[in-house]
Amino acid sequence: MDEIVRLGLILIGAAFVNNIILVRFIGLCPFFGVSSKIQTSVGMSFAVTFVMTLASAISWVVFRYLLVPFKLDNFLYIITFILVIASLVQLVEIVLRKTSPTLYRAMGIYLPLITTNCAVLAAATESVKPGFFKMAIAYNYSFIEAVVYSLGIAIGFGFIIITFAAIRERLELAPVPEMLKGTPIAFITAALFAFAFIGFSGLFGL
Amino acid sequence: MVDFKRLAHEFYKGLFKENVVLVSLIGLCSVLAVSSKFENGVYLGAAATFVLVFSELIVSLIRKVIPKEIRIPVFIVIIASFVTIVDLVMQAYSPQMYKVLGIWIPLIVVNCMILGRVEVFGYREPPLYAIADALGMGAGYTVSLLLMGFIRELLGTGKVEAFGTTLLKMPAGYEPASIFILFPGAFLTFAFLIAINRWLNTRGES
Repeated sequence: MDEIVRLGLILIGAAFVNNIILVRFIGLCPFFGVSSKIQTSVGMSFAVTFVMTLASAISWVVFRYLLVPFKLDNFLYIITFILVIASLVQLVEIVLRKTSPTLYRAMGIYLPLITTNCAVLAAATESVKPGFFKMAIAYNYSFIEAVVYSLGIAIGFGFIIITFAAIRERLELAPVPEMLKGTPIAFITAALFAFAFIGFSGLFGL
Repeated sequence: MVDFKRLAHEFYKGLFKENVVLVSLIGLCSVLAVSSKFENGVYLGAAATFVLVFSELIVSLIRKVIPKEIRIPVFIVIIASFVTIVDLVMQAYSPQMYKVLGIWIPLIVVNCMILGRVEVFGYREPPLYAIADALGMGAGYTVSLLLMGFIRELLGTGKVEAFGTTLLKMPAGYEPASIFILFPGAFLTFAFLIAINRWLNTRGES
């Protein structure tokens, strides 16, 4: 029972209290890049969820059973994780193209972009070396916790990016001062959005 | 023969006309995240510039032997190696700052600014110009970081401090608006910075 509560707290903490985009500013490029249409943002968030969870799981195993026993964890983790992510993205792309052409068509164009999405590298790094970012509740995650943590990050990412796309579709019709059109107004909207997230801070002591 | 005029041009363009952060909107994540204090900008700016200069130099030196098809993985491994150097050096000599910057040090690997400059400049031009370009771009990035940090710290706390000395103080009676050092303030400050920048650039045209 305790374990389930703990997992739930990790999930909420990662998804909302420490939202990766608005609170921690990781993954802003896709946030502003693909959030002008709802459809593209849905495709992007599914692709990210998939790759992020898988990448964190594999990174965790590689880190714990390969890097730590050989004492490589201090100076090889950055290169290892980025290679894990890059090859994973390629692999997922190949598998998807063969097995599910429909899904491939929906996700396809976003997959290569994910390699340089900092959110994926951040999730992978934090689930094995959580000292970088301490939620009060846990560091030194177990395998399950690491997976739940990165799933939470992905949910937070998807939630924000889809909601924001909805707002931006409406913004196109709004009368905006010439000087603020486009990117500046998007940033101001993001700021107002972020105000709402202040309400989450300190929740459950996460 | 070294063309000094061109060297100067490659340096200055990064500083103003093609400023990565304010004009191209690249590498935003780190700028928004660490600019809550002026001092942070000095460290992250120096770290990113170091990585950029050496990655561009190495890539430029071996640009003729890198096969075109696998250039991206090659770039990423080169960049990741220099990031690892920064990671270890900072951990050893400035553990305090390492804790503050946290995840942003490993995330220099996926900073689009670095991969972007290596790809469009380092891979095409001779080493000397590549260094000038990297120094200019790095300086432009650092200046934007410092500018953001300066505004946010000044409005958010009422004074700007760096390395133990107070640089500037608001007049007595100023109520610090702490929202500026919280996360919504980052979006807000940046929105107005790019709006002002755009206004300055388009003023003459209309």
